[in-house]
Amino acid sequence: MIVLLYIIKKEFLQIFRDKAMLPLMTVLPIIQLIVLSNATSNEIKQVNLHVEDMDKSQFSQRLIHKIAANNIFHITSSSQNPDDVYRSFMNGTADIVLRIPNNAERDFYRNKSTEVQLLIDAINGQAATVGSGYLNVIVNSFNKEMRSEVKMITPNPNGTMIAIEYSNWYNPELNYKHFMVPGILGELVIILILILTAMNIVKEREVGTIEQINVTPIKKWQFILGKLIPFLCLGLFLMVVGLILGKVLFDIPMVGSLWTVFAYVVICLVTVLGMGLLLSNYADTQQQAIFVAFFFVIIFVLLCGLFTPIESMPVWAQKLTIPNPIAHFVAVMRNVLLKGSTMADMSYRFIVTGILALIFNTLAIVTYKKTI
Amino acid sequence: MKSYWAIFKKEVYHILRDRRTLLVLILLPFTLVLIFGFAITNEFKDSKIAILDQSKSVLSGELINHVAASQHFFIDDYIMSIEDIEPIFRKGEVKMVLVIPPDFEEAFTRMKKADLQFIIDGTEPNFANTVNQYASRMVNRFTSLKQGQQTSLPYQIGIEARMIFNPELSSAYNFLPGVIALILLLISAMMTSLTIAKEKETGTMEILLVSPISPLTIILGKVGPYAVLSFINTVIILVMGVYIFDVPIRGSLILLLVMCLLYVITALALGILISTKAKSQQVAMMGSLVVLMMPTMLLSGFLFPVTSMPMPLQFISKIIPATYFTEIIKNVMLRGAGLQYVIFPAGVLVLMTLVFLVISLFSFKTRLE
Amino acid sequence: MDKTKKVITVDHLTKKFGDFTAVDAITFDVHAGEIFGFLGANGAGKTTAMKMLIGLSKPTSGTGTVAGFDIVKNPEKVKQNIGYMSQKFALYDDLTIEENATFYGGIYGLKRKVIKSQIEHMLDDLDLRSSRKQLVGQLPIGWKQRLAFSVAMIHDPSIIFLDEPTGGVDPVTRRIFWEKIYEESSKGRTIFVTTHYMDEAEYCHRLSMMVAGKMVAVDSPANLKEKYGVKDMNEVFVHIANQEDWR
Repeated sequence: MIVLLYIIKKEFLQIFRDKAMLPLMTVLPIIQLIVLSNATSNEIKQVNLHVEDMDKSQFSQRLIHKIAANNIFHITSSSQNPDDVYRSFMNGTADIVLRIPNNAERDFYRNKSTEVQLLIDAINGQAATVGSGYLNVIVNSFNKEMRSEVKMITPNPNGTMIAIEYSNWYNPELNYKHFMVPGILGELVIILILILTAMNIVKEREVGTIEQINVTPIKKWQFILGKLIPFLCLGLFLMVVGLILGKVLFDIPMVGSLWTVFAYVVICLVTVLGMGLLLSNYADTQQQAIFVAFFFVIIFVLLCGLFTPIESMPVWAQKLTIPNPIAHFVAVMRNVLLKGSTMADMSYRFIVTGILALIFNTLAIVTYKKTI
Repeated sequence: MKSYWAIFKKEVYHILRDRRTLLVLILLPFTLVLIFGFAITNEFKDSKIAILDQSKSVLSGELINHVAASQHFFIDDYIMSIEDIEPIFRKGEVKMVLVIPPDFEEAFTRMKKADLQFIIDGTEPNFANTVNQYASRMVNRFTSLKQGQQTSLPYQIGIEARMIFNPELSSAYNFLPGVIALILLLISAMMTSLTIAKEKETGTMEILLVSPISPLTIILGKVGPYAVLSFINTVIILVMGVYIFDVPIRGSLILLLVMCLLYVITALALGILISTKAKSQQVAMMGSLVVLMMPTMLLSGFLFPVTSMPMPLQFISKIIPATYFTEIIKNVMLRGAGLQYVIFPAGVLVLMTLVFLVISLFSFKTRLE
Repeated sequence: MDKTKKVITVDHLTKKFGDFTAVDAITFDVHAGEIFGFLGANGAGKTTAMKMLIGLSKPTSGTGTVAGFDIVKNPEKVKQNIGYMSQKFALYDDLTIEENATFYGGIYGLKRKVIKSQIEHMLDDLDLRSSRKQLVGQLPIGWKQRLAFSVAMIHDPSIIFLDEPTGGVDPVTRRIFWEKIYEESSKGRTIFVTTHYMDEAEYCHRLSMMVAGKMVAVDSPANLKEKYGVKDMNEVFVHIANQEDWR
């Protein structure tokens, strides 16, 4: 046991001595947390609109005013020249073009039906659907207004209807940050720890110090544990700082027990550390370790449910999230912090992660070779 | 020129020798494109819901059947009381509980107005909104099925919506430019900064620097192979986009490739800049990860809309090369724009490249003095 | 001291990498307190042979004991009783002299008190008392090597293995280093050293010569010179190498 303490002490000395890496390991993740939490919002808050009003009537003006009154839409330009439509898309000044045709007003009153056109730049599908959805709502409500003005108020009194009342639990204001911050925190800590551990043993191999250690009677598990514990501490430290910042800056709710959170964090970090050490055992150079670790990180991050819900993925991709510690981490953080899920509720995540931890660390110890 | 090729060749050997890194570099574009193309969809289906049927009537049974028949929802559980909602949400699987009140059928048939309640797990705001939308749509369809088609009213303002550039709303149109920007940056900037940092660490850089070859030749020779590799990857991604995801190349292919080349040069300049600052591979790695990868992925408008971000981040987004590059790609490739529409973002990239090079040259010189 | 006691015995030790035989059935003994030199050209198999003895590499066939323990069955017991210093300098550059020594003392399982007294002893010995808090990376190479030698002996092993310990140092430093080796030998420590410097070979009590994985001679420098009728070890080496060339 005492042997272990010496290894841990040495790792800590090295961590604190590397003046170039220390800020990268401590301050940067915190900055990232703050920046990313502000950046990763899928809410569409602004849609740029180009208006081509060929009608120039009271009708068209009222519609445009009504749209402009909604603070999502920014009318960036308007003209009557059809060439401007193309130009506004190319310049990126418009996401949607609203085209009010000639005689729109006349058709409305005379033919009792008229039409407006929406040209939607659908390259960014989400912005396109959200934007056109909002525009539909606005035009429909404008339609109702106009209809009531021409005294055709009643929307079929005989129709049966089902009124829907809905409530969003846990996050009634649908605050996106409450949802993102715990997930981002988990993701950042895991990425950092994975990459640092993946590089660690390889570095000793590159420098040659590993050979000196291998001729000592040190046990494999002592060595691996000695490497694991300092990084576990670093990870826990970052989690604590991150959670405090999350509470202070973003007021994220902490409904559940923090003990549950940290119990899970420990298991999950141990899994990640095992993965990192395993990679480290196999890599020949630091560069290789970095790239292989990076490869996995990018897959883990994209398929962790942080940015797109796992429920929306195809089944095979959902299966791929089972060995992904980040996916479990994000789920546990969200459920426990926001909803107050207990350890029993999250037992599936705990068990799966525990098994992963066991597998990776056993592999890390077994594949660590003291002989060549 | 000869010495340039000598360095170039040496770097090619390094790349070819290290099979694992090479494998990652080749696999990465494939994996990313496949993940973005197939795994990350906003398709909404089989979302798990629970039902609390207090009515237990014929009509509520019909409604439940209607829900069960939909592709969008999967009935995971039936619960008995309001108290059961909390525990079921805490498990994290069920996202919505549909509550059918006791008087549902009676209200519907007698009063012509019935109530339904959706209780949604709001932790995931976007998802909560989507669940709500789809569920509402489903209930509306159920209502109209029960009462027959509505005739349309007079004084109708019709809306003709046309999705241009991407009529089928394929998500590939959005992610492909982003993936290209990411991969090119990864290989060009990260690899070069790492490889230069490695030569510094092992001391081989000194040997190269004392040789009669000019430092510029050394650096250019080192980055050359990575430029080629990035370019090969660009072509792979483009081919996958065109043949697997049916993304068109509407503008000039030559213009597109020239623009990719310009961006590769910008990324290389950035990589050189990082390597002049970084003493070790670890620092270079963390530096490129934090300064390049994260902002490129998150702030260039590829995953998240830039306009929703706070002002300081919108500003950062403006100084990220990838922002301009994705704009160029979208214009040339998807909107079929000509040179005149990309001259501004291309100019910005050229300017950035020059700035990066001047700074790295400056810090390179001060180091030698 | 019992000079006849065998502390290293090697019997037909062989290491193959695929088709290539790096070490070909070598057999020899080393006595307690001896300075045993392991000579050979680069690639002759010296380092591979040594790595098998210290438990870094598993033999393909053959047996051996070091400090009374079987190198195949009990490599970890061997490690407890030996010290090792490699040609690649292997202390941590980013730790101080004291921290490095404490770390290695610690992983050999020494008591805190013992480590402390060993370090004091070592610092006195090397005259480095004033720079105990200095980072190892900042020391000149000669100092580093002497320090590495001392650290390799922090757990007071009965045998110490040195793999080309004086590579890249000036003659004066080498001379000082060898004085240190003699000092340790006089205390009864067995020294097993690989080298390709022939002047260093002269300092050894006994020498073994390796050529292409085979052990071609084991004897004292004086006997070897007499046997081949030459004046110095250089000529012995050239003689043997040429003789073996036809293989």
